[in-house]
Amino acid sequence: MGVGVFAFLGTLAVISALGVILQRSPVHSLLALVATLLALSGLMIGLGAVAIGFLQAIVYVGAIMVLFLFVIWLLNLQRDPGEPGRLAVKFFGAIAVAALVAELFAFFVRAPMSPMETSSSYGSVDRLADLIFSRYLVAFEVASLMLLVAVVGAVAVARRWPGDEARPNGAVGADRPVLQQARRA
Amino acid sequence: MTPVSYYLVLGAVLFAIGVAGVIMRRNLIVIFMSIEIMLNAVNLTLVALGRALGSADGQVMVFFVMTVGAAEAAVGLAIILAAFRNRHTVNADEIGLLRW
Amino acid sequence: MLINLLIDTAKAIVAVLLVLNLSAVLLWFERKGSALIQDRIGANRAAIFGIGRRLGMPNLGVTNTFVADPLKMFTKEDFVPDQADKFLHALAPFLSLFPVLITFAVVPFGDRLIIGSRVIDLQVCQLDAGVLYLLAALGVGVYGAALAGWASNNRWALLGGVRASAQMISYELAMGLAIIAIVMTFGTLDLQDICRQQGSVWFGWLPKWGILYQPLAFLLLFTAGIAETKRIPFDMPEGESELIAGYFTEYSGGKQAAFMLTDFAEVVLVSALVTTFFFGGWQVPYLHPDGLHFPGVGPILLPNLIVALLGVVAFGMKVVFFCWLQILLRWTLPRFRYDQLMYLGWKVLLPLGLLNLAATAVVIVALG
Repeated sequence: MGVGVFAFLGTLAVISALGVILQRSPVHSLLALVATLLALSGLMIGLGAVAIGFLQAIVYVGAIMVLFLFVIWLLNLQRDPGEPGRLAVKFFGAIAVAALVAELFAFFVRAPMSPMETSSSYGSVDRLADLIFSRYLVAFEVASLMLLVAVVGAVAVARRWPGDEARPNGAVGADRPVLQQARRA
Repeated sequence: MTPVSYYLVLGAVLFAIGVAGVIMRRNLIVIFMSIEIMLNAVNLTLVALGRALGSADGQVMVFFVMTVGAAEAAVGLAIILAAFRNRHTVNADEIGLLRW
Repeated sequence: MLINLLIDTAKAIVAVLLVLNLSAVLLWFERKGSALIQDRIGANRAAIFGIGRRLGMPNLGVTNTFVADPLKMFTKEDFVPDQADKFLHALAPFLSLFPVLITFAVVPFGDRLIIGSRVIDLQVCQLDAGVLYLLAALGVGVYGAALAGWASNNRWALLGGVRASAQMISYELAMGLAIIAIVMTFGTLDLQDICRQQGSVWFGWLPKWGILYQPLAFLLLFTAGIAETKRIPFDMPEGESELIAGYFTEYSGGKQAAFMLTDFAEVVLVSALVTTFFFGGWQVPYLHPDGLHFPGVGPILLPNLIVALLGVVAFGMKVVFFCWLQILLRWTLPRFRYDQLMYLGWKVLLPLGLLNLAATAVVIVALG
C-alpha cells in the first residue's frame, strides 16, 4: 500500500478515535468508533491481510457495534453532562498518555524492521484457515467454547429474573440480608 | 511500500488514545469503547508485524483477539446493563459499592 | 494504465446505473403490478399532453413514475424535525444507500470480454475474498436504518430503527450460513469463480447450477434476503399501521427518495445474489466460451462478443425474474407479527442453516 493511502486511512483512524473519547453523545462516539474500525480494516487489507480485514468489518462493525448501539438505546443515554471537578485526573491522565505515546513512539521508530514480505498468499483465506484448523485447532475449539460461555453468562447477567420487579427501586440485594447489612454499615 | 514502523507508530497512537479515553471519561459505555480502540490498535500492530516477519501467525492472533473481543463485549455490556438497572447510572464514579 | 483505469471506471458506472435504473423500473412495476393484483388502476394521473390517451392507449403511469414523482420528490421541502440530530439525520439516508450500492462491485455480470488483446472481466472488482466483502457491506448496511430512526427524535421512528436493526442482524446469520454452505460446495470465496464452476454439465445435459447442490440454502438465502430488504412480509420496521412509516417517518423529499431507492436496490441485490449463487449467474445452459454445445448436436461456434453479450443478457433476465418474484410475494403475503419474525429467524432458519452446513460437510468428506 502506498504512503498516501496509509496517510489517509491513518489520519481518519486517529481523528475518529479522538472523536470517540471527545464526543459528549454516546451515539456520536459509537459512530466515530465505527469509522475508526473501518479505517483499521482498510489498513489491514492494505497490508495484505484481506481475510482478517473483512472479518474485522463483519465482526466489529456488523455485530459488536450494533450491540453497543442497542445498549445505548436501552439505557436511553443522552449527552453526557460535563464532568466538573475532575481536572486533576484529566491533567495527570494527559501527562501519562503523552508519556506513553512518546515511549512507544521512540521504541517503534528505532525498531529495526526488515522490508515487508511481498508474498501474495500472506493474508489469503487459505493460509489463515490452514493455520487455524491445524496448529491452532485447540485454541479455536477453546475460543468457541468461550463464546458459548460468554453468551450464557451475558444472558444470565442481563436478564430480568422473576422477582426483580418486587425489589424496592430494583436495588441490588434487597432480598439478601448480608448485603443490606453491608450497605447500612 | 510503507515501512512497518509507520504502522507500529499508528498503533501506538491509537492505543494511547484508548488509554486516554479510559482515564478521562466516566461514562461506562465510552470507557468500554476506548477498550475496543486499544484492542484494535493491537490488532493492527499484530498484522503489521506479521507482515514484516512473513508469518501468518499474527493474523491468527488477531482472529482470537476478535473472538475474545466479541465475548468481552457481550459480557461487559450485560454487566453495564445490570449495573444500570440497580444504580440507574452509567457513571463509573457512582458505581462504587465494592470500593471502600 | 490510464486505459485500465478508464475501463474500471466505466464498469463501475455501468453497474451502478444499471442497478439504479432497474430500481426505478421496479418501482413502476410495483405500482402497476400491485394495482393489477388488487384490481385497481394504479398510477395513471400524469401524462404528457395526453398523447397516449388521444391515440387510444391506456395510461401506463410511466410519466407518473419516472418524471412527475421524482420531480415532486426532489422539489419538496427537506423537513428536519426541531429536536433531531441534524448531522445524523442528513447522514442516515446515504449510510443506508451506500453499502447496498457498493455490494454490486463483486457481483459478476458477465464472462470475459475480449477486445483486441485486452481481456475484460465483466465484474467491477475481482476479489478473492468477494464473499467476505459482501458480508461486510451487508453488516455496515444496518446503520442506515438504525441511525435514521434514532436521529429523527420520534418515538415511532426509533421503534422502527430498533426493529430494523434487530431484524437485519438476526437474518444476516441465516444469510451467512446459506452463503457458507455455497462457499463449501464450490471451495472458493470469489463470486466470479463460483459462476464459472456452474458452467459445466452433469450426465451431458443437466447444468451444474448451485440450486442442484444446495436447494435448502437457496430457500434460506432467499427468505433471509427478503427479510433484509425489510419489505412485506417482513416490513415490521416500517409497518404503516403501527409505526406511521417506521424509521423514515421524519424524512421527506430527496432523503426519503434515497430510502425508497435503497429498498429497491436491495431487491435487486437479493436477486443478483440468488442468481449468482444458485442459478449460474451469467451462465447460459450449454453456452461455452467458444459457442453453443447442445447435447447430441455439434458445436455452434459464436464470436466472443456475442457470447459475452448473451451472458450479460442472461444475468439480467435471471435478476429481473427474481425481482418479479419478490414483488409478487410482497403483494401476496400478509405481514408477520414481530414474535413470528424472530421465531422464524432464530428457531427455524438458523437451525436449518446449521443442519444444512453439517450435511454439506458430511457429504463433502464422504465424496472426498
